[in-house]
Amino acid sequence: MEAARKSALARLQAMGLPQRRDEYWKYTRPDLLITEDVAPAELLILDEAPLFDTVERLKIVFVDGVFDADASDDLSMEGVEISQLKDAPDWAQSLYGVLEENGQTPVKRPLAALNSAKATQGIVIRVFGKASKPVSLIYVRKSETSDVMLHHIIRVEKGADLTILENGPAAARLNTVMEVDIADKGAFHHVRAMGRDHARRAATHIFGRLGHESTFKSFTMTVNGKLTRNEVVLELTGDDAIAHIAGAAMGDGDFLHDDTVFITHDSLNCQSRQVFKKVLRNGATGVFQGKILVKAGAQKTDGYQMSQSLLLDGDSQFYGKPELEIYADDVLCSHGSTTGAIDDEAMFYLQSRGVSKAEAQDLLVLAFLDAAVDEIEDAAIADDIRSRLEGWLARRRD
Amino acid sequence: MGPNGSGKSTLSYVLSGRAGYEVTQGSATLLGQDLLDMEPEERAALGLFLAFQYPVEIPGVGNMTFLRTAVNSQRKARGEDELSAGEFLKDIRAKAKSLKIDAEMLKRPVNVGFSGGEKKRNEILQMAMLEPKMCILDETDSGLDVDAMKLVAEGVNALRSEGRSFLVITHYQRLLDHIKPDVVHIMADGRIIKSGGPELAIEVENNGYADLLAEVA
Ligand SMILES: Nc1ncnc2c1ncn2[C@@H]1O[C@H](COP(=O)(O)OP(=O)(O)OP(=O)(O)O)[C@@H](O)[C@H]1O
Ligand SMILES: [Mg+2]
Repeated sequence: MEAARKSALARLQAMGLPQRRDEYWKYTRPDLLITEDVAPAELLILDEAPLFDTVERLKIVFVDGVFDADASDDLSMEGVEISQLKDAPDWAQSLYGVLEENGQTPVKRPLAALNSAKATQGIVIRVFGKASKPVSLIYVRKSETSDVMLHHIIRVEKGADLTILENGPAAARLNTVMEVDIADKGAFHHVRAMGRDHARRAATHIFGRLGHESTFKSFTMTVNGKLTRNEVVLELTGDDAIAHIAGAAMGDGDFLHDDTVFITHDSLNCQSRQVFKKVLRNGATGVFQGKILVKAGAQKTDGYQMSQSLLLDGDSQFYGKPELEIYADDVLCSHGSTTGAIDDEAMFYLQSRGVSKAEAQDLLVLAFLDAAVDEIEDAAIADDIRSRLEGWLARRRD
Repeated sequence: MGPNGSGKSTLSYVLSGRAGYEVTQGSATLLGQDLLDMEPEERAALGLFLAFQYPVEIPGVGNMTFLRTAVNSQRKARGEDELSAGEFLKDIRAKAKSLKIDAEMLKRPVNVGFSGGEKKRNEILQMAMLEPKMCILDETDSGLDVDAMKLVAEGVNALRSEGRSFLVITHYQRLLDHIKPDVVHIMADGRIIKSGGPELAIEVENNGYADLLAEVA
């Protein structure tokens, strides 16, 4: 792994850290993600049960970015091999940084290279068969100024099935890379909630490689946070693979959320689907950069990309850059990026039935987000996410 | 009743508090309270209900969630206890059944994909659940088949009582065979130009509005 780290560092030095003038960072300023000094982020104290609390799961806890064995469950589960990154077995060592490096073409992702070069903490998971319960990564935060890097490596073996949950405030500044290698007929489900501390910054990358008839489904909820840049880079390398990526984000005030996605279709009859929803108010900013690349020969590709923003006032803004690049002739791709306001007709209809203005607006906001939440397959987990979105709105209402 | 564009829907919207209108003259009160000063939801809680000529589709909001929120918001505004999930369910099932609205339709998003007639029946279901004091039905009969019209009329007649009023806007005398009006008003160009008994509707049905309009010209 030391060799991989060294090569990542060399790659990073060659590409340099992201700059404001970089095209890929046009809408999101990288400054806060790359400064030497880490500004503190005040810890948000919330008086509610933690997310996923009622879900039967294997808990793995990191405190300020360091694995906490005492707080974590025993890392054994039938058909699943779990270890810390520092104890990574050979297969994981040889995968370390590989998908990240693949994902550097054609667009450079320096923060991911930085992560591969520097990260020492993370989890390594290999799953055979269907995991009996989700693996839940919980990111506890105790320090005001924690600057955390985590690098996870996941290998879903042939026909295996794994769900990963991620949540918790994590750090004042967080940089994560998750490399996910899915073998033929494997299924990977991922549901995460970004930290809710108002001043926290995060840059995350998921690099996925999908085999024959495999499935990748990822959903992210973001409420609060000063700066979030979530990149998902997938390569569909086997025929009949399915990739779904969804996100529901709500921001109020000093909030920027950026979803950057790059999906490469390099095989026959694959389906990819992106559903991103953002609700923005009081000057919050949303960014979406999504690209579907269909390589020559990737016939019968079905690519769908939808990014919608709901602006609750005139101070908030959304920048969308949906892109398609297609080199095969028998494909079906649709993409769209829209920005809108609350539907006045629907508001009046609800109010005319006695629903207060604030409550009517919240109902419409939740309805707007629901197309993204609906992408979560597990109904109980989806309901947990819905209740958090409702709670966030309700706290702002009273 | 009144010709197209005479202001019937406009009057209903103004009374229920839709944005975009300025009332320059006159007043509107319900149970002694000034309606024009209130938000739409306050008017609703006081007892005003409008069955929309064109019911609004709301993707993503379940019909049941919507109705339960509406019923409980009004109860809360009036200082009453909220209905429990069980009580609400029992009530809505019975009322939906009498309007031949099946349970599956209650789960769907509000009015999304409903047929014209289903939307109108859904309006009447809402009215039945909310038990308002003053009901305005804006062309609820248009788009309904003969049987559905009977169901809707029965729904209205079942609610007719002391202390509850209906303003039924329609173009067709046919509806009035099922819902017997006490008074018929004719509106033209934003004004009531003539009022009378049920026979006035029959006159319109037979002769149209030309004579009535000529009378006031
Ligand atoms: N927002 C608006 N701005 C300007 N004019 C309007 C607006 N809304 C309605 N009108 C006009 O006001 C008049 C009255 O419209 P209204 O919808 O109230 O008629 P109506 O009596 O309900 O007709 P119908 O029988 O066709 O339903 C029409 O000429 C209509 O075009
Ligand atoms: Mg009208």
